[in-house]
Amino acid sequence: MDVAIKATGLRKSYGDFVAVDGVDFEIPKGVCFGFLGPNGAGKTTTMRMIYRASPVGDGSLEILGHEAAGGRNDRKIKQKIGVVPQEDNLDQELSVRENLEVFARFYGLDRKQAKARAVELLDFVRLSERADSKVLELSGGMKRRVLIARGLVGAPELVVLDEPTTGLDPQARINLWERMRDLKRKEATLILTTHYMDEAEQLCDSLVIMDKGKIVAQGRPRDLIRQHVSSHVVEIEIAAGRHANAGPSGESAAGAIAELSALAKRHEQHQDRLLLYVDNGEEVVTRAAQLLPDAETLLRRSTLEDVFLRITGRGLEE
Amino acid sequence: MRLPGDIDLTTSVSVWRRNLTEYSHTWMTNVLPNFFDPVLYLLGMGLGLGMFVGRGVGGLTYIEFIAPGLMAASAMQGASFESTYNVFVKMNFAKLYDAYLATPAQIQDIAFGELLWAVSRGLIYGCAFFAVLCGFTLFGHRVIVSPWAVLLPVAMAMTATMFALIGLTFTASIRNINYYGFYYTLWLTPLFLFSGIFFPLDNPQMAGGHAETIAWFTPLFHCVRLMRGLAQGPLDWTHGMSALWVLVVIAVLLVVVPRRMRKRMVH
Repeated sequence: MDVAIKATGLRKSYGDFVAVDGVDFEIPKGVCFGFLGPNGAGKTTTMRMIYRASPVGDGSLEILGHEAAGGRNDRKIKQKIGVVPQEDNLDQELSVRENLEVFARFYGLDRKQAKARAVELLDFVRLSERADSKVLELSGGMKRRVLIARGLVGAPELVVLDEPTTGLDPQARINLWERMRDLKRKEATLILTTHYMDEAEQLCDSLVIMDKGKIVAQGRPRDLIRQHVSSHVVEIEIAAGRHANAGPSGESAAGAIAELSALAKRHEQHQDRLLLYVDNGEEVVTRAAQLLPDAETLLRRSTLEDVFLRITGRGLEE
Repeated sequence: MRLPGDIDLTTSVSVWRRNLTEYSHTWMTNVLPNFFDPVLYLLGMGLGLGMFVGRGVGGLTYIEFIAPGLMAASAMQGASFESTYNVFVKMNFAKLYDAYLATPAQIQDIAFGELLWAVSRGLIYGCAFFAVLCGFTLFGHRVIVSPWAVLLPVAMAMTATMFALIGLTFTASIRNINYYGFYYTLWLTPLFLFSGIFFPLDNPQMAGGHAETIAWFTPLFHCVRLMRGLAQGPLDWTHGMSALWVLVVIAVLLVVVPRRMRKRMVH
């Protein structure tokens, strides 16, 4: 198996703040690899070290056969990498086409090649008819597609996408996912950071979950779910006022919760919400309907969000 | 092609070309107004104030005296505007350099590209003003009289390079765009007024006779002296010293600027 990136004891701190705290990971070539975690987990700092915007703090980071620490191979590494950044840093003064042409020249393409590349990529992101629009005239989703096209002008072996769909409406997200699947078919290695767990499940072959600068779990999405939680989750909304304080029924609610919890592999209670991690979902739901007829009950597949909640003990939104 | 300091010239030229593309869209509003600045000074001071400076300066009429210095100021202003506000916006608001740095471009390539562009802009203004002065010469003003005037564009390029580098140094040192108020009001304006453009500094009554000595330590003074020498002669060793002064400052800042930019951008 060819390795695209191998990090060993990778660290980065800013003053006293340790942004990335000694992480190890290996990304094989040709996969879509995800970095998940809440804001401030160290994902973006890790990305910045990979695409050589930040010097490696400590440890070793080997990218496509070149050691990144020390910075001597930056040009060689960057020549092989395409970056789709988190924030919109398109050139507002230029047209969509000019944006791509200018960046193509940074990768050493001559004027004619740059023109051809821009045409080809605008077609790829379905923006050919907007080629001569000013960037300012585009919608958020279109800008993100131009950013993707710009990230591809150097025909990269490795594409880094830092939260590519943050802030987009659902339609634009699905559109972008299509483009990313196209990229996967082209056999480029993709690295994706996101705090949308559904996005990671949809796109990533393999991923790491980061929290407070450390990697807290890694593996394939379904494996992580099987390993850390269960196939399904039953969520029960217990309206505390109705059950807990209503004399005998309050006691029976507590008893019901205890009985239901015993049926689950694991359970958690967050305020009025009971989460039951189960493999026998239908059975638990039926029993819950009998024991707590007034409660709202929902059966769903487990997600990476549950894995994250389980591992870090808190939700992504915190 | 790789220049000393690991500057990739092809990348720098791409940065330069990007700016050219931008200005090909907006030259009417971006380039044209600044061109009129020195022309207005030439007319207002030269013709207006010149009426009251009857005896002229050193055998020249007042407009002839101030014209070469205004050419230096013109190159200074073109290069300064570009290396201050424009670079600041691209670096801090548009985040354009972050985008460039994610490609094979390195910070020194970008800095050098912006320098080339700022110098180009200084040269555009300087040469446009030079053309205006040639016109005045044709109509009987003795503004451009020395054959050494063919070297004026070289002096303009030196002036623009030095002020572009000074501007970039300042830009890499500030975090708030409002600091340019100080840069323009307390740095460029005094240079403009007290570098020998509008009055000779070798007057014994001026600053106790030390005016020229003080001005020697400031950059625009040397550019004005060079321009005046090349346009109107006679050239002597002081002009050689001034050229050297400018070149030394350029050499020092060529080392300083990429370092400061790196410190600012890469962390």
